[in-house]
Amino acid sequence: MRFKRTSTVLGMAAAAALALSGCGGGGGTTGGGTASTDPNKVITAYSNEPQNPLLPANTNEVYGGRVVELLYEGLRAYDPSGKPINALAESIDSSDAQNWTIKVKKGSKFTNGEEVTAKTFVDSWNFAALSTNLQNNGSFFESVEGYDAVSAVTKSTTPDGKTTSTPAPKAQTMSGLVLKDDSTIQVKLAQPEADWSLRLGYSAFYPLPSAALKDPKAFGENPIGNGPYKMAKTGAWVHDQSISLVRNDDYNGPRKAKNGGVTFKFYTDPGPAYTDMQADNLDVTDVLPSNALKTFTSDFQGRNLIKPVALNATLNIPPYNPNFQGEAGKLRRQALSYAINREEICKVVFNGTRTPATEYTSPVLDGYSDKIPGNEVLKFDAAKAKDLWAQAEKIKPYDASKPLLIASNTDGGNKEWIDAVANGFKNNLGIQAEIQPFAKFAEVLNLRKSQSLPGLTRAGWQGDYPSLYNFLGPVWKTGASSNYEKFSYPEFDKLLQEGLAAKSTADANAKFNKAQEVLFKELPGLPLWYQTRPIVWSNNVVSAETGWNGAVLYYNIQAK
Amino acid sequence: MTRYILRRLLQVIPVFLGTTLLVYYMVFALPGDPIAALFGDKQPPQSVIDALRAQYHLDQPFLVQYGIFLKNLFTFDLGVDYTQQPIAATLARIFPVTAMLAIEALIIQAVFGVAFGLFAGLRRGKLFDSTVLVASLVVIAVPTFVLGFVFQLIFGVQLGWAKPTVGANANWETLILPAVVLGLVSFAYVLRLTRTSVIENMNADYVRTATAKGLSRPRVVMTHILRNSMIPVVTYLGANLGSLMGGAIVTEGIFNVPGVGNKLYQAVLRGEGPTVVIIVSVLVLVFVVANLLVDLLYAWLDPRIRYEK
Amino acid sequence: MKSNRQIEHFVAPVDETPLLPTDTLRVEAAPLSLWADAWRKLRRRPLFIISSVMILLIITVALFPGLFTQTPPNQNCLLANSEAGPTAGHPLGFTFQGCDVYSRIIHGTQASLSTGVLSVLCVLVIGVTFGALAGYYGGWIDAVLARLGDIFFALPILLGALVITQLPFFRENKSVWTVVLVISMLAWPQMARITRGAVIEVRHADFVTAARALGVSKFGALARHVLPNAIAPVIVLATLELGVFIVLEATLSFLGVGMPESIMSWGHDISAAQTSIRTNPMILIYPAIALSVTVLSFIMLGDAVRDALDPKSRQR
Repeated sequence: MRFKRTSTVLGMAAAAALALSGCGGGGGTTGGGTASTDPNKVITAYSNEPQNPLLPANTNEVYGGRVVELLYEGLRAYDPSGKPINALAESIDSSDAQNWTIKVKKGSKFTNGEEVTAKTFVDSWNFAALSTNLQNNGSFFESVEGYDAVSAVTKSTTPDGKTTSTPAPKAQTMSGLVLKDDSTIQVKLAQPEADWSLRLGYSAFYPLPSAALKDPKAFGENPIGNGPYKMAKTGAWVHDQSISLVRNDDYNGPRKAKNGGVTFKFYTDPGPAYTDMQADNLDVTDVLPSNALKTFTSDFQGRNLIKPVALNATLNIPPYNPNFQGEAGKLRRQALSYAINREEICKVVFNGTRTPATEYTSPVLDGYSDKIPGNEVLKFDAAKAKDLWAQAEKIKPYDASKPLLIASNTDGGNKEWIDAVANGFKNNLGIQAEIQPFAKFAEVLNLRKSQSLPGLTRAGWQGDYPSLYNFLGPVWKTGASSNYEKFSYPEFDKLLQEGLAAKSTADANAKFNKAQEVLFKELPGLPLWYQTRPIVWSNNVVSAETGWNGAVLYYNIQAK
Repeated sequence: MTRYILRRLLQVIPVFLGTTLLVYYMVFALPGDPIAALFGDKQPPQSVIDALRAQYHLDQPFLVQYGIFLKNLFTFDLGVDYTQQPIAATLARIFPVTAMLAIEALIIQAVFGVAFGLFAGLRRGKLFDSTVLVASLVVIAVPTFVLGFVFQLIFGVQLGWAKPTVGANANWETLILPAVVLGLVSFAYVLRLTRTSVIENMNADYVRTATAKGLSRPRVVMTHILRNSMIPVVTYLGANLGSLMGGAIVTEGIFNVPGVGNKLYQAVLRGEGPTVVIIVSVLVLVFVVANLLVDLLYAWLDPRIRYEK
Repeated sequence: MKSNRQIEHFVAPVDETPLLPTDTLRVEAAPLSLWADAWRKLRRRPLFIISSVMILLIITVALFPGLFTQTPPNQNCLLANSEAGPTAGHPLGFTFQGCDVYSRIIHGTQASLSTGVLSVLCVLVIGVTFGALAGYYGGWIDAVLARLGDIFFALPILLGALVITQLPFFRENKSVWTVVLVISMLAWPQMARITRGAVIEVRHADFVTAARALGVSKFGALARHVLPNAIAPVIVLATLELGVFIVLEATLSFLGVGMPESIMSWGHDISAAQTSIRTNPMILIYPAIALSVTVLSFIMLGDAVRDALDPKSRQR
């Protein structure tokens, strides 16, 4: 849960969704002409209280994200397979991967009548990037030239020795962002980036009406957008209870709503939502309680869908742990990896809702390969594990005074698999291992950020935009924002950089996968599995489906 | 009597200061940066975190933070929580819901607990007594999450008597199911306390006297045995109101009740000092008033008890 | 109890008619103390004997789990056995992680029993002392102690647990004592209030006044006359809390603020069985039965002790 809540969910599918999945008639497995559908009925869906005012550039967690994505329409959108397609963009071109020309479609309006033009985008992006506006997704503009100036900070040291940074922008707008005319934006990046346009479907790049820029906080309570839905009324967001959206009849984009509206009901726990689903008291949920993983396919026969999503899990081994340093440490990391029976855990613990990992990214991505040299360490092999461990013992004895701890917050249904992994270590390596549970996610994060984990830690990554780089750069690159364990492999960094500068996506992906070979040699973290996002729906709707990132395509749901 | 009540109400002030100071300090002492934790695995630029920390005065020493909190409190500014929501609005939303839930649960456990306990005490050692003992064991040994889950499945899904969860439409009717579950554990306490008191009082002199005077059996039971057995029960119920208001975390979670327990739990987990302290402060007021009422009830139940010299 | 029925005929019961016992006072005999008197009555009661035997058995299991099972509880948990039913040598089947249910229950007795009993004892010591003083003396002592109780009562248990478990000493050594400390710190006010109420009820009783008139000191009257007569609700609360605390340990451990995974307990088993509640609820029911039997034994014992201490319900 925590993981899901705090990770970013992105772009709902868009235009091609209709064409590609052929779901014009209902889609999914049970679609068809049998049930009479009511296009004006409002459906209900599982959600939780958004953590921030509903501003796209400030929303970086799922529950706010799913609302924002229905309220707005950006330049691009992602189809259910994760392929970006143009939405409000007429065209996005670049000859050198550094200078981009974006043509914006004319005639699109916010629900308050304000027109969406190129200027809307430029203003919105400058607003999002300016550090004094404190937008959580501001760093998504870091590639744009001049971002350094608008995001500049001054650092000061408090009397007790802590450094704090205060926003001190040297400019109010990004120099690389130029408004050519009413429908043209010229973007100059700080350096060439072949996959830059991939991310334009992410919510940080959505347009904002001018009212939002004047009073963002008040706006975030009652947002006005240009997407397939709008807020049902002023105060449609009842905190801790629900958010009601109704169809935006003026919307004329690819994601036209097939229902009268969506009411997101808030649940602090997925268990009661599941019970509500069983009583047809809720129409669709995308978070199942762990005790329902074995029963949901029979509880919701013909009313469930399991699709892979861009979300993976790893077990990170901090480089500062003396037991896992040097040559012996490397052997031990391999031994741990061989001692995890991913196949069995996916089958028994997750009941097939996860699939064993074969590399460090996600199989839903363009460029994914299951044949990266070195990935044989992901296959369960008890004998090999024992053997490697014994070899390591000869070099340097293992300090077994404390059990090997696996840190995790306890509110996310992680305990079951961590227990299983720990039992695997116990049975196959003869060491003591157990979960190190934390009630607060902040505690684990604190230990990770301060490099003081006593053992291993659970980690994982959900894609912001469908790109291999997004799974490698922010997590394993030296000094990257989510590289809390401070791994550092110069060769890996170099290959990533080469990939970023590559002229074509295929070339880039080849480099990224080459970079993964370095990871397999070093094993800073053990890839565990890829997540799927099982969803179930009630008898009140025809069917439901999910996009590339596991987000439910609410606008495609038809009510009976 | 008025002086006694006034004095008791004045005691609220030190209790309030003590509680807020203690709770504020405990939240302060929690490990982990609550602001950084808001963002989970994907951290925003440090300047965003630092600016938010400054906005919530988290960069100040403890006593300064507490001072600011008190100052705001006395100017009736409860401030905003870490998701930018005004805490006053949150209180206005969650307390009525939980109050309804707690009152329902209290009534259920009081009525059934006392009735069953009285009956079990009067027929001590008989079949009814043993049956009730086993029943109370079940509610003690089976954790609330199981009871709640089973009730939800049976009454909410299979029989369809009630909506399985509460959610946005919290009212007396939708809250019955969670109130029953919530009341069950305390029901065991009320029952056994009543039973024991009844057994003790059955042999008391005044009961013999009453019977000897020729009072009817129901009259003896109701006015003499029961009334005199009520002191521990009333004490327990008064103290229990507090746990019902603030500690119904599991039940509120299972039935998705947007109430105090749920909110408090989330706020503690997120290390949201202001929210936790304010909710707990309101709870303390509830306890103090409930305990005062209980003490006044003592005097009514047992005329020998006097508070004023 | 018999006497009650007979009273209805408005005739003094037969067993009250003889005046002998009160007429002839054996002045030379040493008076039995309250406790010795209680013990003499107690040891003849079937309820006491049964419950003592059961508790002794539970203590034996807690001290020597090896006598009751040969299966090591935490080794060779194979996912292949996940939620499997009983097989030879594994009479109660397997948990979600494929561990032996029976063996885990046997080995979990020690931690669960000690958590429950130690917490109840701590709560009794603090709660009864504070409650008795507050109720008996009243005035400012009452005000201070009762308000102190209010403050602690208002603390969210999770917050208390989070703070205590991150104190340097406990962070490294999470054990039964961590849980005991958390529970007793937050549960004593309830006990104190119950004691206080019961003490207030009896402090003006005739026998207390009589004792004081006979020269018994104020504190002596509290200890020897007031408390024994106020003990009944305390015993009820204590015996029920025993079970509640054992379950509470589960919640705390589950949240990561209780005992580490390597210390087995019924609480761990019960909360881990949440995963199996839809597929194999027996995994949850077995440790719950162990818990019920323990609580039942203590409730029976408490009932017997209370009876023995209560001078009014003496049965010849």
